[in-house]
Amino acid sequence: MIRIESVTKRYPDGTVAVDRLSLEIPDRAITVLVGPSGCGKTTTLRMINRMVEPSEGSILLDGQDIRQQPVNTLRRSMGYVIQNAGLFQHRTILDNIATVPRLLGWNKQKARARAAELMERVGLDSALAKRYPYQLSGGQQQRVGVARALAADPPVLLMDEPFSAVDPVVRKGLQDELLRIQEELGKTIVFVTHDIDEAIKLGTKVAVLRTGGRLAQFAPPAELLSAPADSFVEDFLGADRGIRRLSFFPADGLALETAPVVPVDADAGEIASRATAPYLLVTGSDGRPLGWSEPDKLTAGAVDREQLLDYGRPFLPATDSLRTALDGAVLSPTGWAVAVDGEGRAVGVVSQQVIGEAIRDAHSRVAERADAKAGR
Amino acid sequence: MNVLDFARAFFTDSAHWHGYDGIPTRFAEHVGYSLEALVIAAVIGLPVGLVTGHYGRGGNTLALIATAGRALPSFGLLVLMVIWLGLGTLPVMIPLVVLAVPPILVTTYEAVRSVDPSPVDAARGMGMPEARVLFQVELPVALPLIYSGLRTAAIQIVSTATIAAYVGLGGIGRYIIDGLYQKDYEKVVGGATLVAGLALVTLAVFWAVSRLTVSPGVRRSG
Repeated sequence: MIRIESVTKRYPDGTVAVDRLSLEIPDRAITVLVGPSGCGKTTTLRMINRMVEPSEGSILLDGQDIRQQPVNTLRRSMGYVIQNAGLFQHRTILDNIATVPRLLGWNKQKARARAAELMERVGLDSALAKRYPYQLSGGQQQRVGVARALAADPPVLLMDEPFSAVDPVVRKGLQDELLRIQEELGKTIVFVTHDIDEAIKLGTKVAVLRTGGRLAQFAPPAELLSAPADSFVEDFLGADRGIRRLSFFPADGLALETAPVVPVDADAGEIASRATAPYLLVTGSDGRPLGWSEPDKLTAGAVDREQLLDYGRPFLPATDSLRTALDGAVLSPTGWAVAVDGEGRAVGVVSQQVIGEAIRDAHSRVAERADAKAGR
Repeated sequence: MNVLDFARAFFTDSAHWHGYDGIPTRFAEHVGYSLEALVIAAVIGLPVGLVTGHYGRGGNTLALIATAGRALPSFGLLVLMVIWLGLGTLPVMIPLVVLAVPPILVTTYEAVRSVDPSPVDAARGMGMPEARVLFQVELPVALPLIYSGLRTAAIQIVSTATIAAYVGLGGIGRYIIDGLYQKDYEKVVGGATLVAGLALVTLAVFWAVSRLTVSPGVRRSG
């Protein structure tokens, strides 16, 4: 575990970048440092591998002060990923990734074999091994940066705004990839970003820092969204934190209705028997949703697909959150969301009203848990 | 007779191809002086440029030295050195080295300083010792610019080394100075052609060295 104990960084000109910061960074989890520019998040990260030395306080790694080992030994035990990847343009991709193993004295062959393994792990085509950095896209370069940081299998990974220089689509891909890699490897990751959405998506725990390098709140993302410590954190989270918080509530508990779902070849009797809701969802012969229709506009055996209303974006109850379900309901002109299985077949529908009840239930369960914890 | 006739006459006269005043001897002497001056200038300029560039300090001092060095007239310095030190190779080497150090020093400093800071930061953060950061991260990327400084210096040395002849030494300058004195324009043109040829050879050598030692990753992205 990394323990930051009352650390202050004051520069010779008197600027205080970090002010008496204390943090306990849990093992094998992603801890995100987030905050506006000038909040000292990068300085804090750089103090962990001693790229910056604290003016006061100390940092402990597994109970031992990080100043007790030679600085380069410390750094080689921590992967380091920076914003623009910082690849060595004169070295091939493979040799870039092999950097730390080579520093640790591995022979060239072993280091390259390890590098090739890492390329696969981060989703890079092995054909890129002999290329040079200028031949890669920004997203690919950043993957190389991650692979390079992982090459010597360090227990700790320090990431300084690694994905902020790439476009949103590529960034999402890199974030998903990081979560996948983390699931496989279970590193202790310290991740710096100014993007609160990224912090909430990636963080097991999120430390919100305010300008002047003081800690505003250190909590899991769901708690941050439900109970911001003060108005600064609330403002920083943005206006739609209520909606975003729904990402942490699973949609698997929603009571799905199957009655308003009719196959495209249903007869008049079936249509009539199912006409309990204001709208019916018509499904194709493969079970996939086609669209909504008012019951009296449906002609048995001859459905005009052009007349059907859009069904929005369906959600998977098993894996999606209430946010996705609500989004589906809001997008649909009927106000109902469509639930599908892994194959895209409609398994039921749910109204905004039912989703609303589920949200209230989820909130009250969280509140009960919080009360129980406080009472203990 | 025009210049081309002079040159042809000079190069076809077989007497010019052997003996102590023959083209091979003079050419070798000239290359010898030039190489010696370039090596001394590089031994002074490269380490100072690399270290100051790496730490990003001393740029103003370097610019001052460079301007002073460029302002000194080589020929004047040569005469001064001969008066002071007497005849020999040393008084010739001093102006040549003074001429060559500024371009080497200043471009090397600039080359290292202008290396993208993020790979350097990444290298340090991965635990690369400082010397390796300089030689394995900064130098390979700075190499093309460093070569251009060395090339400029080399060409200036090659063309200026003709002044060695003024103080009784050899080299291609002999043809030019003796030719002028003897009003033998064949010799003057021949000597000038040889100096120009040597400058072109120097360019070719630097191009080849650069091809062989600069990584394709740097060549293409630079």
